[in-house]
Amino acid sequence: MTVSNYSPKWKVAASGIIPFLFLVALMAYIFGPGADLLTSEVEIPEITIEKVDFVDSEIQATVRNTGRVAVDIAVADVNDRIQPAAVEPDRYLERFELAIVRIPFEWNVAEPYSIGITLGDGLRFEKVVDAAAPALAPTLDLAIFFTVIGTYVGVIPVMIGLLWLPFIKRISKQKYHFFLALTAGLLFFLAIDSIEESLEVSDENLSGSFNGTLLVATITVLSFLGLYYAGSQLVRRAGSAKFTKPVAIALMISIGIGLHNFGEGLSIGAAVGLGSIAFSTFLIVGFAIHNTTEGIAIAAPMSRGKLMVGKLALMGLIAGTPAIFGALIGGFAYSPFTSVIFLAVGAGAIFQVLFVILKWIHEENNGDLSNIAAVSGFGVGMSVMYLTSVLV
Amino acid sequence: MNLMFIILIPSLVIGLLVALPVFSESQIELKTFLTHSGAVIQTSGDIIDPIYLESTVEFDPMEYLRTFHYGNVSELPDGTVLREFTIIAEDDKIMEISPGVFYNVWTFNGTVPGPTIRATEGDTLRITFINNGFKAHTMHFHGIHPSEMDGVFELVGGKNYGGEFVYEFKAGPTGVHPYHCHVMPLEEHIAHGLYGVLIVDPPEGRPQADEMVMVLNGFDTDFDTENNFYAANTIPFYYQHHPIQIETGKLIRVYVVNMVEFDPINNFHLHANLYKYYPTGTDLVPSFFTDMITLSQTERGIMEFIYDYPGKYLFHAHKVEFSEKGWVGIFLASNSTEG
Repeated sequence: MTVSNYSPKWKVAASGIIPFLFLVALMAYIFGPGADLLTSEVEIPEITIEKVDFVDSEIQATVRNTGRVAVDIAVADVNDRIQPAAVEPDRYLERFELAIVRIPFEWNVAEPYSIGITLGDGLRFEKVVDAAAPALAPTLDLAIFFTVIGTYVGVIPVMIGLLWLPFIKRISKQKYHFFLALTAGLLFFLAIDSIEESLEVSDENLSGSFNGTLLVATITVLSFLGLYYAGSQLVRRAGSAKFTKPVAIALMISIGIGLHNFGEGLSIGAAVGLGSIAFSTFLIVGFAIHNTTEGIAIAAPMSRGKLMVGKLALMGLIAGTPAIFGALIGGFAYSPFTSVIFLAVGAGAIFQVLFVILKWIHEENNGDLSNIAAVSGFGVGMSVMYLTSVLV
Repeated sequence: MNLMFIILIPSLVIGLLVALPVFSESQIELKTFLTHSGAVIQTSGDIIDPIYLESTVEFDPMEYLRTFHYGNVSELPDGTVLREFTIIAEDDKIMEISPGVFYNVWTFNGTVPGPTIRATEGDTLRITFINNGFKAHTMHFHGIHPSEMDGVFELVGGKNYGGEFVYEFKAGPTGVHPYHCHVMPLEEHIAHGLYGVLIVDPPEGRPQADEMVMVLNGFDTDFDTENNFYAANTIPFYYQHHPIQIETGKLIRVYVVNMVEFDPINNFHLHANLYKYYPTGTDLVPSFFTDMITLSQTERGIMEFIYDYPGKYLFHAHKVEFSEKGWVGIFLASNSTEG
């Protein structure tokens, strides 16, 4: 018999809260009113111009206060030439607050522009746009265009990849493990690719105050943990109900890939939206070829059960269609912040799938991951991805 | 399932807090403003346009334009004129140099530029210079005077020196000359605003005219050795929104001094007219009849012109970058009231 077994609830609560109160008191002592321990020297204000849109006779800059102090926007300029402008909703920005600076300006298509914002203390911040292109209006035609692109990039390649199923079905167990490991290799590559991409977007567009690298790390891990927990619940129920374990695993893979493809869709939509047509063409071709391998990833675990064409097609859609939504959102409502978040979520999702596949191979080989099929499959998977990324 | 919520909900809340735009209360009534190309724009937000209202301007360029300080005048035993001035330097003033933009100006008698000192050639200038600033400052006059009156080696104020110095010398030669602080780092002391104009009139005087002083200056508010704002007399765009009133048929005389730092040249273009130009103002015969002069650092001169027709006339730097950052103004000529 221990004391704690019989402690009343309030005691438990109090013992949890008391240290926390001490922490609050400590913070109040250091930072609170009248505290002069850490009176800072000069606080340098900072804003980030997150986005520049070129609309009819007007340039619109989306500005966020990313510093530690409130700021007021005083002057707007285009190419370092002062222009009368409007700030909506108002020119005073608290921390993290957003404003749109509307600068009436007859801009020329395809010319580079630097958009400058000067704060009340005279500091000027600028964002350079390599080539002005009209902001995309959400028309039906364009929505159809993005849907078609998303289908080309997401749905069709994944479906093509699924066509390898009969082939995988007919091969020996060892070769099958080779293909599973190959899938794992492909996915590992994709996860790193997503992280690299999200770090890049955050470096280029988000201010340092977001702690880009740690933001990506945190979101990736949270996404991994969330999907891992949900996935293990799914697998636990598998076998009893209409799911078999391979189906459950394939489903998790398609959800993970779906999240990843959403991120890909975002970058394509954004590239089209920002007018970099050459870049977006490159992205479309590259992602399409990459994504056929994702079909293999879904097909591999499914190949050991009965052939379930309906389920397989459904999983192809789960994996592929998010590219369409990604392209639509990226094209019409691009925000670097959401882009970073989704790319990181996608990376976490892929790590989760990777983890499940490796665990499965591990179990099927009686606790051995170092067999030739697994090792060579993983290596070939990564190499294939690397080569396609270089060649495309 | 609980675990998942524990992880997901806080992360969602944090994500939303950061990602969602946190707009403050917006105003409902629409405001209107004009673009530089004349378009009318409406907004529900705030307008940022370098228009200064006369009531809110801290330094009034219109008052500076035609104000000349002749000093306390007395006669010396030898019969010549003594003009006594007191100039106080400060370096801790924050001034709104363009609407909404605040900058630490260093000042002579509280303004940038400092007061326009005016004397006749041969007068004795006695300038009591008091430095109330945190740094050492001096007054260095362009012109002819003894070495110890040159304001270079005799530092005033700051940590190691006395806070007062009396500059005394004979005004000369005839012309328009800048004065400025000459303490190192010189660029910093000038760029912050320690400069002004000394006008030395010829003993025989100049013809009657509507006289004005224009100091072409700029401010590097973000300290990247490039000016963010330019102006004639400190406040960007001021004379564009508040035109200088002149009369047709009347001689206009402008004492112009270029004090722009960082940029190698500045210039002065007058619309729909030409002016007689007297470089440095040292000669009574004009050297040029032109509508465009180029000025290097501290280069200066006197311009004389008459407008025949009433109306609005621009004057600005034809280095258009400068004019688009504030160095632009308008003369509004109305028919002469005389005769």
